[in-house]
Amino acid sequence: MFRSIKFLLQKEFLQIFRNKGMLPIMFLMPVIQLLILSNAATFDVKNVDFVIVDHDRSTLSNNLVESFYASPYFTVRSQEPVEAFGIERILKNQASLMVVIPQDFEKTALTNQRANVQLILDAQDGYSAGIVQTYATDILASFQQEVFGEIAAHASLAPDIQTRQGIDIRTQSWYNPELDYRIYMVPGILVILVTMIGVFLTAMNIVREREIGTIEQLNVSPLKKSQFIVGKLLPFWIIGMGELTIGILIAMVVFKVPMQGEFWVIYFVAAIYLIVVLGIGLLISTITNTQQQAMFVAWFFMVIFILMSGLFTPIESMPKWAQTITDFNPVRYFVDIMRRVMLKGSGISDIQTQVLWLIGYGAVILSLALARYRKFSA
Amino acid sequence: MSNAVVVIQNLSKTYGEISALHDINIKVMQGESFGLIGPDGAGKTTLFRILTTLLLPDSGSVAVCGFDVQKDYKAVRASIGYMPERFSLYQDLTVEENLAFFASVFGTTIRANYELIQDIYEQIEPFKNRRAGDLSGGMKQKLALSCALIHKPQVIFLDEPTTGVDAVSRKEFWQMLAKLKQSGITILVSTPYMDEAELCDRVALIQHGRIMDIDRPSAITSTFSGPLFALKSKQMYRLMRCLKAYEHTKSVFAFGDSIHYTDVRAENPIKAIRQHLQRHGFDDLEIEEIRPGIEDTFMALMEHKSESL
Repeated sequence: MFRSIKFLLQKEFLQIFRNKGMLPIMFLMPVIQLLILSNAATFDVKNVDFVIVDHDRSTLSNNLVESFYASPYFTVRSQEPVEAFGIERILKNQASLMVVIPQDFEKTALTNQRANVQLILDAQDGYSAGIVQTYATDILASFQQEVFGEIAAHASLAPDIQTRQGIDIRTQSWYNPELDYRIYMVPGILVILVTMIGVFLTAMNIVREREIGTIEQLNVSPLKKSQFIVGKLLPFWIIGMGELTIGILIAMVVFKVPMQGEFWVIYFVAAIYLIVVLGIGLLISTITNTQQQAMFVAWFFMVIFILMSGLFTPIESMPKWAQTITDFNPVRYFVDIMRRVMLKGSGISDIQTQVLWLIGYGAVILSLALARYRKFSA
Repeated sequence: MSNAVVVIQNLSKTYGEISALHDINIKVMQGESFGLIGPDGAGKTTLFRILTTLLLPDSGSVAVCGFDVQKDYKAVRASIGYMPERFSLYQDLTVEENLAFFASVFGTTIRANYELIQDIYEQIEPFKNRRAGDLSGGMKQKLALSCALIHKPQVIFLDEPTTGVDAVSRKEFWQMLAKLKQSGITILVSTPYMDEAELCDRVALIQHGRIMDIDRPSAITSTFSGPLFALKSKQMYRLMRCLKAYEHTKSVFAFGDSIHYTDVRAENPIKAIRQHLQRHGFDDLEIEEIRPGIEDTFMALMEHKSESL
């Protein structure tokens, strides 16, 4: 039993390391992807182009304009005399925010302790628009505090101003104090890379044997189905673990992602997760006859898995039916686990539900693949 | 020597509407070399895939080495060697690695069964560190045969082993098979080449999934009725048409560089044919009576079948 598996492994590794085209694909591509994607896939909205229409032209309005200028998120495009010009800029995609300061802004502010500012957002991309709005209101809020605080300090005519400010809210961000998106993204992207390598390599490898016909010779041999499958999956399981290790190293060294949790938790889950992933690859190989077909089927699943994994968009904000689908997405669980273990330091008991899902998933996928894989045809 | 190694009874196999094999009955004895002769699409590969447990039959029974191919497929697999039409080696592994791998898959080693493949393997051994993908066609085929034999099977199935191989390699290959036969291995070989049929102990002629005849090659050719003539001329195409239009013609087939012809008349027609053709301007005509080969018989049987259908 083990002797045959040993020879199968030997043969697979010989082929893998002899394939000069495949080696860089397996080891270099994920590294490059990790470096590029992690730096690019950020939700920070920076360099927002905006337009200011200042009808007031007072000291106070000027101060407000200055505080927009001072923000690292905004780059001013222009100041326009009327709204119509600003709207034109938004239409031309030259600006995504217009701040309109009405006439008598300073006057009303000083007399009523309140004044209006209009924000017009290009909400074509609702998500970014929301973020831009948050930035803008943040600026307005701190401006308000500054200005009215000053007024209150200098003049005693508004004694209730301090209390008017209401609850003093101070937020502190835990687990990612600097709100660095890369730290959040890297563990997730790592999962995607390991998944892609696992699914594609396994599916392609087995289909390739079918395509070139060597599988026929193995099928007439006394080799057992289980031996064949172990011999096929184990090499990629080992490679997957290796890739994960390289990825974690890059995450920690290059991206300074903290490792709050324990390594064994990650490797324990990865060991199970890779079985699920390779099982999917095996299943794909049993329903396809050519590498081309396998490629497309694998791609179909990968796109759904990635986009519904919660990596880019939070699962909580998906519609209910989509959330139900994500329950059957193994990628989702590992992305979640990686983030929680690395950033929050979650232990195995904190993530047991997800681990149980993965174990269940692995059992189902492997039995399906085993049932589908036939050494003979009808 | 009278043990039947392969017993096929009333075997049928259909793919949807198409009948691939129809009521096949074949018995192959131990140590025999048995040829399956037929054109492409006759059902040779389907039959081989059933015999090697890769395909399930619809009806009938098939036993190899005394084991049923459906119930005891494991036992069958352990005792057979199979070289599919497109025998595939791992192109990126060397000659030696391929052989060692196939040996290990069958739970043996190259050394344990070396004597069986020695004659064949010695020819490719100088290239044992070369990748299989870099071998020539003939050498690939020798390696493939070595791989199929490395676990010392009792019976070996060779599906069109010489298709696409040059004439010299073909000849060498059949010499290797003759040696294998001497070591007691039963050989089932399929081929579309009629000349190879005559190198088998017995042959089955197969067409459209039906067996037309099973016998020794000499016995099959002796069933050929009537004398056969080979005709040659520089104007082969016109000669062919002229003969087809001739009222006494029974059959005309183009055969390489000559035309094989049979006549409906009982008495020797050479003289009459020559006269007839000379009238049509064939001055360089060569005509002689020849011994019918397997192919002639095959063609005649095919004609006969399609007439009777």
